[in-house]
Parts: sequence; C-alpha cells; structure tokens
Amino acid sequence: MKIMTCPVNGPRAISEFAYGGEIRPMPDPATCSDDEWADYVFNRNGSPGVKREWWCHTPSNTWFVAERDTARDVVLRTYLYAEGS
Amino acid sequence: MRLPPQSGEWIDRGQPLSFRFEDRDCSGFAGDTVASALVASGASVLGRSFKYHRPRGVMSAANHDVNALLQWGGIPNVRADATPLVAGMDLKAVNTFGTLARDPGSVLGWFSRLLPVGFYYKAFHNKRLFPLWERMFRAMTGLGRVDFATPRLHTPKRYGFCDVLVIGGGTSGLSAALAAAEQGAQVALVDENARLGGSTHGATELVEKVLIHPRIRVFADTYAAGYYADHWVPLVERGRITKMRARAVVVAAGAFEQPAVFRYNDLPGIMLASAAQRLIRRYAVRPAQRVVVLAANADAYRALEDFAAAGIAVTAVIDLRDKVPGEQYALVAAQGIPLYSGHCIVEALPAADGTRVAGVRVAAQGEAETVAELACDGVFMSVGWAPAAALLYQAGTKMRYDDGVHQFVPDKLPDGVFACGRVNGIHTLGSRLLDGERAGSAAAAHCGCGAAKLPSVPVEAESPTHPWPIVPHPKGKNFIDFDEDLQLADLENAIQEGFDNIELMKRFSTVGMGPSQGKHSNMNALRVLARATGSTPGEVGTTTARPFFHPVPMSHLAGRGFTPERRTPMHHRHAAAGAVWMPAGAWQRPEYYALAGQSRAACIEAEALVVRNGVGLIDVGTLGKLEIRGPQAAEFLERVYISKYAGLKVGMTRYAVMCDESGVVIDDGVVARLADEHFYFTTTTSGAAAIYRELSRWNTLWKMDCGLVNLTGAMAAMNLAGPKARAVLAGLTDVDLSFPFLAVREGRVCGVPARLMRVGFVGEWGVEIHVPAEHGAAVWDALMEAGKAHGIRPFGVEAQRLLRLEKGHIIIGQDTDGLTTPGEAGLDWAVKMDKAFFVGQRSLMAIAGKPRRQQLIGFMLPADHQGDAPKECHLVIDQGEIAGRVTSVAWSPSLQRHIGLAYVRPGMEAVGSRFTIRLSDKSLVSAEVVKTPFYDAESLRQKVEAAA
Repeated sequence: MKIMTCPVNGPRAISEFAYGGEIRPMPDPATCSDDEWADYVFNRNGSPGVKREWWCHTPSNTWFVAERDTARDVVLRTYLYAEGS
Repeated sequence: MRLPPQSGEWIDRGQPLSFRFEDRDCSGFAGDTVASALVASGASVLGRSFKYHRPRGVMSAANHDVNALLQWGGIPNVRADATPLVAGMDLKAVNTFGTLARDPGSVLGWFSRLLPVGFYYKAFHNKRLFPLWERMFRAMTGLGRVDFATPRLHTPKRYGFCDVLVIGGGTSGLSAALAAAEQGAQVALVDENARLGGSTHGATELVEKVLIHPRIRVFADTYAAGYYADHWVPLVERGRITKMRARAVVVAAGAFEQPAVFRYNDLPGIMLASAAQRLIRRYAVRPAQRVVVLAANADAYRALEDFAAAGIAVTAVIDLRDKVPGEQYALVAAQGIPLYSGHCIVEALPAADGTRVAGVRVAAQGEAETVAELACDGVFMSVGWAPAAALLYQAGTKMRYDDGVHQFVPDKLPDGVFACGRVNGIHTLGSRLLDGERAGSAAAAHCGCGAAKLPSVPVEAESPTHPWPIVPHPKGKNFIDFDEDLQLADLENAIQEGFDNIELMKRFSTVGMGPSQGKHSNMNALRVLARATGSTPGEVGTTTARPFFHPVPMSHLAGRGFTPERRTPMHHRHAAAGAVWMPAGAWQRPEYYALAGQSRAACIEAEALVVRNGVGLIDVGTLGKLEIRGPQAAEFLERVYISKYAGLKVGMTRYAVMCDESGVVIDDGVVARLADEHFYFTTTTSGAAAIYRELSRWNTLWKMDCGLVNLTGAMAAMNLAGPKARAVLAGLTDVDLSFPFLAVREGRVCGVPARLMRVGFVGEWGVEIHVPAEHGAAVWDALMEAGKAHGIRPFGVEAQRLLRLEKGHIIIGQDTDGLTTPGEAGLDWAVKMDKAFFVGQRSLMAIAGKPRRQQLIGFMLPADHQGDAPKECHLVIDQGEIAGRVTSVAWSPSLQRHIGLAYVRPGMEAVGSRFTIRLSDKSLVSAEVVKTPFYDAESLRQKVEAAA
C-alpha cells in the first residue's frame, strides 16, 4: 500500500486518503462561453505526467495539495493549499 | 539413510517422531522436513509428476520440489521439501491414480507423442468436443483434495515497521543486516529456512552475531511473499502474516540452483548438488551411496568435500566445461576421481523397476556417441544458478543479462531497494560478505543512519553458471519444467508453431506456470528460446514476476468479515420495538417495526396512519448534521446551495438543494439560522460524509472567513409528527410550541439542550428535535412515555417514504439520478439565478437555453385499478417508445389510491393527461398526471398552529 504524507498528520497509508481531482482553474462564469465552461466541467486531462491534485486526509478532514507524477506513480510533495505552491 | 550425528545438524535426535506415508509407518526426528525424513527412511519416490505420472523424488529440497506434494488430512498440497515433520502426520501423494508405488497413470508417458505442447489450447479449439475434453480434464487434473468440512482457520495479521528489511539470511543477507544495524538502523531479517546461514547451513560466527544484535529482529521460517508499493512486504509465517513496512529493503534472496537438461533427468536420485548438501548438512541424511557429479562451476567441486564426509562414493565428475580451472581439477585429482571435462550426460538409465537412477551414459559435448556408461544410484548436478529476483522485479528493478556470470543482475534499482549476494551476481563467499556490507550500509544510509560505505566488491573470476546445460535427445524425456512435464522438444515445437516470444511461449506451453512458478525452469526455457531465435537471453527477457513468491495459504489471506456499521443512539430502542433493519449508507435504520402476525405491508400502513391520525416518532439521527459559523457563513451557504440564505431571518429554516458543477442535483436538506453568523444544516443520510468533505474543499479553495463542523455523530435527531404531536411534546419542553412552521428554536427538552425545527416532510404538524447524542435515548424514551396516552408509535423509513410521497416530496437519489437538474425534478422555485455565484449556476444557465429532457410529475392509477401496480423503475411508454420511468410508487392508505412520481417527456406533463406504464410482465397500466401534493393539497395540516 502506498504512503502519502499529509502536511498536518505526516506519512499515512493511502487508504486514509480521498482523491479530489486535479486542481484546475475555473474560468470566469460571467465571461466564458458555454464551450469553455463545458470543457472545464466535463473534460479531464488523463495524460501521464506531473499533476497538482486535491487530496483529503479523511480521518482529520484535511484537504491539501499533492504534486504527483502519474507516469512514475510517485508523490513528489504535499502542502496545504493556503500555503501556496 | 541417516548418517551418524553431523556437526551443526538441524535435527534433534532426542525427539524421534513417527508418521505415516502412503499407509506405511515411517519415522524421523524433530527438525526434519517431511522429505528429509522420507529419504532417511529409504524412500526415493515421493510423488508422481503432473502430466505423465512419472515417479519423482527430491530435486531441490528448497521449496520447489512440486512433484512431492502431499495430502495431509484436510490440507492439500503440503510441500514435502519445505514442511517441518510433525508427529502423527498421515500423508499421501496427491497426484496418483491408485497408489504412489503402482500408478496406472504412468501409462500416459507412453502416449506422450499424443499429448503435444499446447495440448489444452488445441483440444479446446473445437467447440463440439469442448464438453468431452472438459469432463476428461476435470477428472484427470488438479492437485490435492479439498475437504469442505475443514474448520475455518483464523490466521492473525499484524503490522510491522523497520528501517531496513533484509530478505534472505544467507551470507550476504547476514552481512547486510549486520552492517545496517551497526550504523544504527532498526533491522528486520527474514529467511524462509528454519535457521539462518543459507548455504553455510547454520552455526557460523556471523549468524551468532546477528542473532544477539539488539537492533536486528530475525524472522526465520518466514518468507517475504511479495513486494508492494513503498516498501511494503508481507512476511508469511506458518501461522501469521506480518505486513512489514520498511524504509529500505535489501534483497539478498540468493539464487536457485538450476537442473541440467538430459534424457531422464527426472529420475529419483538425480538432484541438485545443493539439495544433496542440504540433506547431508542439515538433516544428516545420505541421499545416495555412489554418485556421478555433473559439474560446470566451482560450487560442484566444493561440494565434493561434503559428499566425501558423508561417505558417498563419487564415481566420476562430468564437467560441461572444456577447461576446468586448476584448483578445481586438483580437488578431484586428490581424491582420485575420474574427470570427464567437456562432456555431458546424454541419458540417465533407470533401475529395472523405474523408481531410481541406476546409471548414466556420458558423451563428449555435442557428440552422440557414448564414451562411458557409469553405474550409480545418484546424480548430483551443479551447473548453474538463476537469481531469486522475483521481489526485485516486483519492486520495478530494471535487470540486465550479465555475460560474465550468465545471469540476470539488477541494472537500475528503485529508490530504497538494494540487492546483494548471488541475486546481484556475486557468488564467491568472500565477495558476498563484502557485497552484503555494501548494500546494508547503503540501505541504512538511505534511512538516515550513518554514511554509506563503499567497499569494492571484486567481480567473479569465472561464471558459476553454464550458458547451455541442455542436451537434446531424439527420444525426449529431457525435462525442462518438472511441474508441467515439459520436455526440450515441447518448447522447440512451441517456438516452431510461432510462439516465439517469452510471454507467448509461457502461455502456450505452460512453462513456469506450475506451482514452482518457473524457479527451476524459466532460465532454461529462456535459453532454449534465445538459441532457437538466434538472440541473447538478455534480448529474450523474462516473464513478469508477480506476487506471491511462494504460494500463500488461503487462511493467511482470508480476512475476518469487517463491515463497519453506524448505529444511532436509539438503536437498542428500535431493536426492542421489533425493528426490521435496512442499510442506509453506513447506517442501520429501522425499515419498519414488525408486529406479531402482521405482514410487512400492514405494519407500514399502520405506522403511516398513526402519523396521519395520532402521533408517530421517527429516528432521523442518520441525517448529516453540519454547523457553520463566521462572518462569511451566509455567503458560503449561498455559494454551495441553489437558494438564498443571506436574507434568512434568525430563527427560521429554509429547504436547501445542492448541485454539482454540472448543475445536477446531488443533495438536499434544511438550513437553520441560529444567529447572524451561525447556521445549523442537514444533509441526506447517504450524502453526509461526502458533502461535508466537499464543502470543506470548497472552503479551503475559497479561503472564506467561516468554519465548518460535522455534528453528524454528535447529535441525535428525531421527528415527532402527527396531529397529537404538540400535545405530547408540550409537557417536556420549555419552548413555546406556538412557533411557526419552518421556524427553529433552541431550548430544552427533558432538561437537555435541544434544537427544535418545525418541518413538514411527512405532511403533519411535526418538529425535528436535535439533542446531543448521549441524551438521544433518554429523550426518545420520554417522548414515547409521554405519547402513550395518545397512542404514539415509532415509525420506520418505509412509512416515512409513503408519507412524504403523499406530500409529493422527492428523495434525492431515488427521485433524481446522476443527470437530474433542479428544473427536471420540479425544483425550479428553489433556484435563484440572480445570485452572484453558486456551484452549478453557470451550467444551469447553459442548460436553460436548451429544451428540457424530462419532467418529474405526480401520477395516480385509476380508482378501480385491479391487479399488479407499477414498481420503481418501470418504464413510461408512449407510442411504443420509452418516454420515462417511475421513481416512486406506493399504495396510499389515506387516499385509497396508488400514487407515484415519474419522469415523463416534455409535453406529457399536463395535469389530467394520461400515460402508460409497462409492468414487468409487459402488460400496460394507464396512469393520470396529478398535481402534487396528493394529500392535503394546501399543506394546512403541517402549518396549523394549534394542533393540540
């Protein structure tokens, strides 16, 4: 089982975490076209590479950011969203 | 035959054990394996081969003698060479027709020409003959017998942690463990043998040092069954699994000695030199009297000393190599043993009864002519090694074929994984010590303990492995895979038929797919393929190594049933009242309360009527219960729910619907404003955890000045409803119950702090009472007691479903699905598009410009409807086409009609129009679109202020 490091609780088994999807900027709903909005809502980039993702340590309900190389299945680093990248 | 006591032997001669094998009394000692005790008792045939039922004996004595599988009572496929002897064992060979000694199945050997490679594959090609072959194969194949009456074994699992896990307790592993521990690392050392020491067979100084080291934990008689992500290795002991999490792993798993391939190389008495050494050194067993040694490396010559000490006469040494190094030649010369260098065994000769080798025919390498026929009762082979690299492969190691040692060695190791010793291509004893020290030190340094030492490890001066220990024979029976009885020609034929890739050849021929998983066969098969295709072993590559390294008993893998279940504080009250349980998310909820002698339907109907005409109480503590506080709390709720909350007055509640970003309805509940910056709100039962999590994510992203708390488990909640509800509650609370419909009040109920919300879900005067969970049961009891005079009854989820359906209230997830928008579900009134932003708003804007797909409507069956009523998910049919589906349907005792909710196409939703529903039996039922609520259309009953 993989280990992920929660920025608050330290390294824990991956079964304690929930995935929250890739962090993607939301287009401005007031100005974007329907197509741009639909692309944001429905399309996901599945190509392997380094991703910034939402992860949640579920027992403590801690949301944080994980940078993950999906090609190598390696968690590069994790940090709290508020602390920025 | 048992030898006199040997120094360092593993058996305890003070503890003789008797057991039975094939209905014969045998004896051995504590510390014996089943195989060593049998060989000591004079047995040479321990089992029959899988396909041709050929007699087989000890080959490796290292847990890949899969022709010596035994049935021990209810336990099938006990491995004779790796299972400790237990007093009173009653053992039988698994793969015999008749008995081990007389197996009519051996006649199959005569028909081997009719059983070509890929036989199953070819047999099953013909569909018509499939059943015939299936019946035949089922009868003939399979190993062992499963006893269905075997009691269930509970095998404990535990978690372990260490800095450095060293896999393999041979010379290099011991050296690695010691080096890592000396640098301060906490070390776990695992070895599948009963004792450490590997090929030194025990009590060396190095072993003693490791055993007494305070930072080394030793797991003997334990194997590392696989490698999983981030250095997670299950250690399988006889009665337990330890899931070991290491910070670094050193693989010192050694190498498997490989058999030479020649005609009749499977006769009992023919074994690997390392197997003979194990029998002699560990168990003081002499496996043969007069042997021929087949050699191709220094290991064979070193073993001669052990054979001589055991009183075994070596008739000759046959060396595959043209040139035998001087010091090796000196060893045979000193003992006066004839040496045939550049020669091979072309054929072993069976004894008259076929159960043992009686001699060998020797020829020069590559020549057909026999130069000598030597009598013997054993052949000991030492012609090469294959790395036990399964765990390295599983960890993602890139391996390369090293022509210097003719084996695969690690080329690029993953982070935190280290290899040393024979698996790393280092075979000489002194070099293995150094290599172990190097790997152990580096592993400790990887964990932050000390600095990595870099001793220089000399490369091997000569290859311990012969690149081609294979001798063809026109009559075959030169076995490459002993599990599956595959001969050299089988593989050559497979390649000729086009299966000339290692993965294809494996699947077609089944080489390496037997119980030993290719431990003795993969390297030779790979060499055959490389030669046939004119490529190198490195180019051919290996097949994928997957867990497990050795078979793991099912009892070790089976877990105890663990389905965690949430219970409300009133659970035992429900149970005492006869609750029939239903799962709701992780919760158990009363579906209804069973009454003696009454049907389910009658119970549910009675519960519903009590609410309509008297008073009922339902446990709604499974709802998600969240609290939000802070200056931006109202703004946050406006952003996540589709309605407005900024203007909600303190002391009032409002229905709340949540959409996802695509505008699909995902949850609903009630938001209560307790103070300007303080809201208490509910979610659906099944959505509670996910909604709380998602709201937390939004709050993290938006960085708003408010905080969320999940009170789902901390609060109990119950809904007291019915015309007599107010009278029941009045005497128990300090709250003035004349507060209006949809208002919320904080006060006390039975002296306990409580939040009271006037709700109308079931359509009667009702109040949801939320109290701290620890007081839930007491408040429940008090309400039931106070309600006695009014005929109060608890009601379950089914009665509530019926009551809300009569009111036309939807249930998210039942009356909506993964595509339903608020408009389709009739929730347009709740959507406030004029807000600045809410999740799903932009999508709903886009959807608003498109024609609606469907509309949720209420329907009724005609009053005179006879026969079956529609069920949920029955289809709405319009002109032969599917035009929608029923989402809720029930018999309403209050209305004496079948009522329901259904999605229909736009244009079909006009009140009073009729449509058709198709039942499971394809009959059609006519229904009429009706305005909801079905019951109390003006919703006066729930609003009435003075129901007392």
